[in-house]
Amino acid sequence: MTLLLQGVTKRFGDLVAVNDLTMEIPEKEIFGFLGGNGAGKTTTFRMILGLLEATEGDIRWYDKPITYNDSHLIGYLPEERGLYPKLKVKDQLIYLGKLRGMHKADILKEITYWLDRLKVPHYLERKVEELSKGNQQKIQFISAVLHKPKLLILDEPFSGLDPVNVELLKEAVQELKDSGTSIVFSSHQMGHVEELCEHLCILHQGKDVVKGSLREIKRSFGKKNLIIHADIPLDFLQNQPGVLRYRPVAAGCELQISSEDVSQRILSELQEKGFIRKFELEEPSLNDIFIEKVGASYE
Amino acid sequence: MNKFWIILSHTYMSKVKSKSFIISTLITLVFLFGIANLDVIINFFSQDDKDTVAVIDESDQLFAPFKETVESTNPDIELVKVEDDLDTVLTDVVNETYEALIVLSLNNEQMPEGTYYANRISDFGMHWEMEQQLQQLKIAMATNLAGIDQAIIEQIYEPISFQTVALDEDAKTGEEMSQTRGIVYIMLFVLYMAVIIYGQMIASDVATEKSSRVMEILVSSAPPVSHMFAKIFGVALLGLTQVGIFIGVGYGLIVSKLGELTGESQGEFTGEFFEVFGIGDTSPALYIYALIFFLLGYLLYATLAAMLGSIVSSVEDVQQIMMPMVFLIIIAFFIAMFGLSVPDTTFITVSSYIPFFTPMVMFLRVGMLNIPVWEIALSFGILIVSIILLAMLAARVYKGGVLMYGRSNSFKDFKKALALSKKER
Repeated sequence: MTLLLQGVTKRFGDLVAVNDLTMEIPEKEIFGFLGGNGAGKTTTFRMILGLLEATEGDIRWYDKPITYNDSHLIGYLPEERGLYPKLKVKDQLIYLGKLRGMHKADILKEITYWLDRLKVPHYLERKVEELSKGNQQKIQFISAVLHKPKLLILDEPFSGLDPVNVELLKEAVQELKDSGTSIVFSSHQMGHVEELCEHLCILHQGKDVVKGSLREIKRSFGKKNLIIHADIPLDFLQNQPGVLRYRPVAAGCELQISSEDVSQRILSELQEKGFIRKFELEEPSLNDIFIEKVGASYE
Repeated sequence: MNKFWIILSHTYMSKVKSKSFIISTLITLVFLFGIANLDVIINFFSQDDKDTVAVIDESDQLFAPFKETVESTNPDIELVKVEDDLDTVLTDVVNETYEALIVLSLNNEQMPEGTYYANRISDFGMHWEMEQQLQQLKIAMATNLAGIDQAIIEQIYEPISFQTVALDEDAKTGEEMSQTRGIVYIMLFVLYMAVIIYGQMIASDVATEKSSRVMEILVSSAPPVSHMFAKIFGVALLGLTQVGIFIGVGYGLIVSKLGELTGESQGEFTGEFFEVFGIGDTSPALYIYALIFFLLGYLLYATLAAMLGSIVSSVEDVQQIMMPMVFLIIIAFFIAMFGLSVPDTTFITVSSYIPFFTPMVMFLRVGMLNIPVWEIALSFGILIVSIILLAMLAARVYKGGVLMYGRSNSFKDFKKALALSKKER
């Protein structure tokens, strides 16, 4: 177990930002950390990094609290993009790399590799303020991974990027995981989390409302999605027991049902009525779970 | 490499290479060069070498002696006797053929009188000089008429010998005081400028890093305290570079300028020049004290500036939050200026032990009085302790402050920043 948070609480005066949070972040995996705005994600990251002290509870990384002596092993991409606007990309990365304990020669090698990898080698000598938001984001990403950290914290890494660049960064994140980096990843985009993470935790008002492995979470959620395309009218399904949500679509309808068994009942009922083109039982999407648990959508 | 040094050298190098530093240094150097060559510049613009003044002598005996005294005291003035009538000459003055016209005559008591005509009468202009010279002429004539020997006159006007002796042990002699006054003055002024300029620089640097949010990355890779002190010392180094350039160039200019004037005996004259400003043969101890008080004073104010800079979230708010610090240094400066003339009053003694005033006021006392070493040591102690206390407070505020964003910039934020940096109960 690499990173362990145990009963972590952070209070700012009367406000409880993080409330008795316990989670285990496995080694060499991408861990999804979800939550609405103000759920306490950034506060948790700051506590992990030692920028804030937890009011209660314990944060341990390989059985030790994280200190500045470990800073060369840790990469951090904050939610708010932070770079010197007036500094050239190269000088910027050299400075930040040195602060993570690297030597200039190694930094230059890594800069060349990463700028090529993210297809922006021509920005080396440009000032950050001249770059577009998405390209600044790439530079920010490079500054977080330059020193090959063992623990990488990515707070909203894909915001402000177009789909092509999201793919590019996603690949890079996957690659870092494969090379042995443990990654904590926060996002509002459920799709990204579903795609990348094996384990996750959903934070709501400082409390961990859902946590565990993605598969386990989906299975234990119980509710399933059912997609039916058929030539017959389907609105009667609205009132069937076990149907929680009914949404008509052009070719048929999409249902949320309380358990798998309900689907079999519906199927046998439909078979008598007419021709069915499609009958598909789906795992609930993370978005469904998130909406259910947090009560608002961020998609 | 230690992170402190990485941040320090980054702060220093990025500032030294910045356009604003290079330009402000160059402008100041041009200014220095201009001042040093002021005489050349003035001569360039006022090319007419001699002012010609017309004289109508109604007495027929005053012109010759008057011309002699005037021209011997001011070689730039040439007196010309004219025989035309008043109106013609006045027209010439209006047309600027002559700079001015003086009508000399004798009154009823056979004493000289004069009327001065010029296009403009300025406060310290030529008329004043003319009046002085005519007065001299009158004295000479009057005494001559009374039959007094010229030697007696000279004796009357000879300056007396008047010495001052201070009996208080603390006091320095008048001579010593005027010697040190220059260096005290310069140190006070340099410290004042340094605190305002470089304090502002530190605070806005911290605020810039905060507003560009790079701070979050910085404090996640290096402790905020070493970040803060690296910033303070980096800017201090920058200040020393700038002041060093100014002093070096300024000294060079003065030496070369005086060399031009006096040729071979340059060294001797340079020494005399510096002596006028009290920089000649003051004791080396005073320079060491100046340096220590300067560094401690800078550290104290720079720590305050870094702390203030850490609690605002944008560069625009820096000015406002810096006001208390600027007031402090202005008050210290004025107390010190006041103390230059009365260094031994209780008020000055008391304020020399108030930490934010100590660097200026105590140094003033060191310079102007003979105060015992223990008092100086005590003030060093007070300064060092207050720097440590302030640094501890500042480190706490800084740690919380750099993570704090928001539009408010009141002093309530101090409390908030302090609370952020510690565990809440």
